[in-house]
Amino acid sequence: MVIPQLSVFIENRSGRLTEVLEVLGREDIKITALTVADTSEFGILRLIVSDSEKARDVLKDQSFTVNITNVISVIAPNEARHYARLLRILSDRDISIEYTYAFARGSKAVIILRCNNNDEAIKALKENEMELLNASELFKI
Amino acid sequence: MEIWNGHFECMDRLDLKKVQSERLMETVERSYFNVPYYRNKMQAAGLGPESIGSIDDLHRLPFTDKQDLRDNYPFGLFAVPMSEIVRIHASSGTTGKPTVVGYTRHDIATWSEVMARTLKCAGAGRNDFIQVAYGYGLFTGGLGLHYGGEKIGASVIPVSGGNTSRQIQLMRDFGSTVLACTPSYALFLAEALQENNVDPSDIKLRVGVFGAEPWTEMMRREIETKLRIKAIDIYGLSEVIGPGVASECMAQEGLHINEDHFFPEIIDPDTLQVLPEGSMGELVFTTLTKEGLPLIRYRTRDLTRLTSERCSCGRTMIRMEKCLGRSDDMLIVRGVNLFPSQVENVLLEMSEIKPHYLLVVDRVNNLDTLEVQVEVDEAFFLDKISQLEALRMKIQENLETALALGVKVTLVEPKKLERSETKSKRVIDKRKF
Repeated sequence: MVIPQLSVFIENRSGRLTEVLEVLGREDIKITALTVADTSEFGILRLIVSDSEKARDVLKDQSFTVNITNVISVIAPNEARHYARLLRILSDRDISIEYTYAFARGSKAVIILRCNNNDEAIKALKENEMELLNASELFKI
Repeated sequence: MEIWNGHFECMDRLDLKKVQSERLMETVERSYFNVPYYRNKMQAAGLGPESIGSIDDLHRLPFTDKQDLRDNYPFGLFAVPMSEIVRIHASSGTTGKPTVVGYTRHDIATWSEVMARTLKCAGAGRNDFIQVAYGYGLFTGGLGLHYGGEKIGASVIPVSGGNTSRQIQLMRDFGSTVLACTPSYALFLAEALQENNVDPSDIKLRVGVFGAEPWTEMMRREIETKLRIKAIDIYGLSEVIGPGVASECMAQEGLHINEDHFFPEIIDPDTLQVLPEGSMGELVFTTLTKEGLPLIRYRTRDLTRLTSERCSCGRTMIRMEKCLGRSDDMLIVRGVNLFPSQVENVLLEMSEIKPHYLLVVDRVNNLDTLEVQVEVDEAFFLDKISQLEALRMKIQENLETALALGVKVTLVEPKKLERSETKSKRVIDKRKF
């Protein structure tokens, strides 16, 4: 139920993000979700793409530091209380969230999470009847 | 202008040569019989004390360099029993082991003598207040100036380095007339005075003796204008004695080398041949009177040229130009000696990273800054900011401990830093010398 997410280390300087996206664009890789976590000097670009292994390889060829990490994706009605409920389920089980980001599509919202224990998180969410997405489902959204 | 030791400082150069020859022969003999390192090296070259009949034979002797001091760490090159050593100083080395120097009581007297000459060169005397803002401790700057200042009868204020607000307070309240520190700190102080709105008429400074790092003529003019003083360049290195090896006089036309104690040569750093007077090359010193740690043909790695033309001040001692370059990769950052290999050693010890780095040295607000860029290795990159920050802090702490210097570590993308087996670019020095 986990989804491979690409993480790219980038220096915080202008044009760098463009270069990553141009590399992916040339290889016709599609991006479902993207977020940047940054400090004053560097950032981590996180991407969910159509072919993460291919994307990793082409970025590596261009000397980027890339890793694939597994994240969880949940789909829920586009209302704050559903996001809140999801977070509550996890915190009740002492599962901590390393980071999360989300995007909405019509009346639905897709939430991406990375937890300190993804397996436990998946179990807890399923028990509480949250709707999880696998990779192919996520790309159809 | 008064000269501390006119007998030697203004000696006829032919007479001086006799003194140098006699002293060299004594030094070679003592080194040969008391220091196995020198004896072995001379024997290997087929030489003995009898091979040296005058200063003209000096070129026959093998060189000594920092590596030899390291190989004989800590006291292996000392030429007297430790019971004769009354002081030990040390400076940073390339591999974490410092370069150690020892002084006998007589060496301390020599050091005080050459520092007295230095301060007299700068026009200081018994009525001066000398604010010594060089660091006191293992570094030779503070204590060197201190002993020289006492020798000429000045009032020495041993404030040591740093603590700018106290420097300003003492400068104002005590009426310091002579400032001794690194040139970059002098500029920093000048600006601190401005920022604190100190009335220039409250400051009695007349002259500054600045050294321990390279500085340009432009920087000199800036210091002279901002502090309204005469800025005198002094030169020394702890291996030879510390500050006091050479000093400018008020003419500011080169630094007079105290060559009755420290004999200079200029060599081509590649061929190691002695170059004629006036050629630019690497400065090499042979100590002529030192007891604790005699040095024979010690390679300083500093690049300069010499002139024995008579100076308008009346001194006959040979003069060297301001040193602005080096024949090795040593950097001087805030007066601290730094070799890129020291950084590399720290990084090599950390399994999380690869030793791909770049040093960026700059001067911001007149203080040197050192940035170390380190590449993020894929094996350690696990997509968490907190982890990368922790790594950055750890590298920074390890470097600061090893270098005794504040460092800013920046994580950079891999393979951005140039690699080459032969000559990789490890340093960018943005300072203008």
